[in-house]
Amino acid sequence: MTERLEIKDLYKVFSSTPAPALEMLARGCGKSEVFEKLGVVVGLNNVSLSVPQGAVYMIMGLSGSGKSTFARCINRLNEPTSGQVLLDGRDIVPLGEAELREVRRTRISMVFQHFALLPNKRVIDNVEFGLKLRGVPAAERRRRAEEVLTVVGLGRWGYHFPHELSGGMRQRVGLARALATDADVLIMDEAFSALDPLIRTEMQDELLRLQRTLNKTILFITHDFQEALKLGTRIAIMSEGELVREGTPQSIVLEPGSDYVAAFTREIDRSRLFDARLAMRPAETILQSEQGTLVSEAGGCGFMVDGSGKVLGVLNASDLGRARAGGGIGPLSSDYVSVPPGAKLIEVARSYRDGRPIAVVDDDGRLIGSLGVDDILARIASTAPRAQAAGERHVQG
Amino acid sequence: MFKADDLAIFPVDLWIQQGVSWLALNLRPIFLAIKWPIENFLWLNDWIFHVIPFPVFVVGFFLLAWWLSTRGIAVFSAISLIVIAMLGVWNEAMTTLSLISTAIVFCAAGGIPIGIWCARSDRVWNIVRPILDIMQTTPSFVYLVPVVMLFGVGTVPGEVAVVTAAAPPLIRFTNLGIRMVEREIVEAGLAFGADRRQLLFEIQLPLAIPTILGGLNQTVLTAMVLSVVVAMIGAEGLGLVVLQGLGRLDVGRAAVGGIAIVLLAMVLDRITQQLATPKKSGRPAERGALLRTVVRVFRGGRPDETVPVVTRAKEAL
Repeated sequence: MTERLEIKDLYKVFSSTPAPALEMLARGCGKSEVFEKLGVVVGLNNVSLSVPQGAVYMIMGLSGSGKSTFARCINRLNEPTSGQVLLDGRDIVPLGEAELREVRRTRISMVFQHFALLPNKRVIDNVEFGLKLRGVPAAERRRRAEEVLTVVGLGRWGYHFPHELSGGMRQRVGLARALATDADVLIMDEAFSALDPLIRTEMQDELLRLQRTLNKTILFITHDFQEALKLGTRIAIMSEGELVREGTPQSIVLEPGSDYVAAFTREIDRSRLFDARLAMRPAETILQSEQGTLVSEAGGCGFMVDGSGKVLGVLNASDLGRARAGGGIGPLSSDYVSVPPGAKLIEVARSYRDGRPIAVVDDDGRLIGSLGVDDILARIASTAPRAQAAGERHVQG
Repeated sequence: MFKADDLAIFPVDLWIQQGVSWLALNLRPIFLAIKWPIENFLWLNDWIFHVIPFPVFVVGFFLLAWWLSTRGIAVFSAISLIVIAMLGVWNEAMTTLSLISTAIVFCAAGGIPIGIWCARSDRVWNIVRPILDIMQTTPSFVYLVPVVMLFGVGTVPGEVAVVTAAAPPLIRFTNLGIRMVEREIVEAGLAFGADRRQLLFEIQLPLAIPTILGGLNQTVLTAMVLSVVVAMIGAEGLGLVVLQGLGRLDVGRAAVGGIAIVLLAMVLDRITQQLATPKKSGRPAERGALLRTVVRVFRGGRPDETVPVVTRAKEAL
């Protein structure tokens, strides 16, 4: 994946004379110090991050953390005080008015928290809005708008007015308007925050569904950590105008890195976030035999695999003990459950049947690890890294 | 004893007198240039209003009022016009109406652009606002003084006073309407790459229209008041009827003028107020209403039948 957006050393200071504030920030002062000393509000303090093509990049933070300021700096609704915003390697901060308009018309579009639809225009005219500004002929933009409306599931509602639609439908219109321009970068500023919980979930699923076919680069602003985990391929957490943590959803929950981030992760349902790959014990060879290779155990049982790594069968606890002690390898049983590495722990738990060992098997049918009940429970309960948990067990054993 | 009058040592009245005479003498071409379009347009309007036969005017006004507002207001307007005719002041009322309608045109042509300019530049607004404050707190009476000095007496100078006094509310409401447009919607315009002109015509002006129409209502009422007051500098119309009645101690005549003024003012207020009320149902319903009206004109009654047809057609779309 290539980097579509790269933000380098971005500062935003709300002042007509930002120099002294920038100087203080450079010396390492925080947002509150600058405000106390100079009375100047700092929006962004040295934010750098890069968004790969096709990512759903979540900017997460509480109100006042600078996340909306950040989003608005990307399309320069807020003018960055210093720093670079590279869109496909081209810095858009120094662009003149006409060039910036061109970028906004063709490259970056936006979805707003309160929809920001024109109440005096019909749904279809709202969807056409960006194309109209660009000067696309009426017939062509009407055709395109109808197409996009169908994509978001509002094909029948084009000739109604926004106030006749429910909140969720209005945001679909907002989304359609953003999609109609064919911009490859989509900024979604708290796009689902104004919707009620059920509709919000529905819209999140809808966005994930659309993203599979559209493959846009989405910068999604939210204050909802659950939403960030659900939608994001990567998450950046902001506080006081600074970037405090950046990474994949799993890695952030595993290693919050600070109390501030840990506070968000505490209530997270880890069984729905972590997958089998994360909790499993990687396959390790225990002993070779003429029948195949005996690998990693789970719950006292061992898996027997052939030369290509495919599971032949499972050896129960007593047979495994005998094999280890140098005795022969007993009969193999096929009494085990196999799960893909991407399966969430909740799904693994659902497929678990009375004491059977769980094999983690990749797409080619090769065993890559095994899961015991204790592995799953430990992963759900603790935030400690896997290696540490494994180490403790070894000590006890 | 020290008296307040002892402080009256500055001959301010003299200064102003001399200043205004200097202006009148040296800037005469400017005032003539201001007067010229107003004079001609007023003359045209006045001629039109007087040349239209009374029944045609009443019917036309009824239909116009219906189109702009509601049927109830249209009926009220038609009755008011007939009452004015019965009072015997029809011609004077038409003169007053031409004064007001001319003022509306000039106020809109000047006031709305100035209001837009104010909304887009804080610096302009900071200059214009105190001027508007002064203009709106000045008693309508006081407008007459400079107007007489600079433009003379008669109906046309009166009209200049009406236009000047009636413009501030429209400027103010236009500015307010544009500034009140939701920030997020303006941001949406910018985010999709609108330039300044597109932002104004696609977003700000359309969304400011209800507020601007509210300003128009205020402008119409101010013009109404002024069109009466300017009778004091020799303008014709209903104001003159009242003034003559007062001068001759003819209470009846003055009252007739007064009643006609009140009726005219109410008609204009109701119509423009209805214009400014945002229609909750939006445009399709409005179109439906218009369609119903037309159907009713041709078929006579039973408008309810057409409603489901319209809604069904809408849903089919």
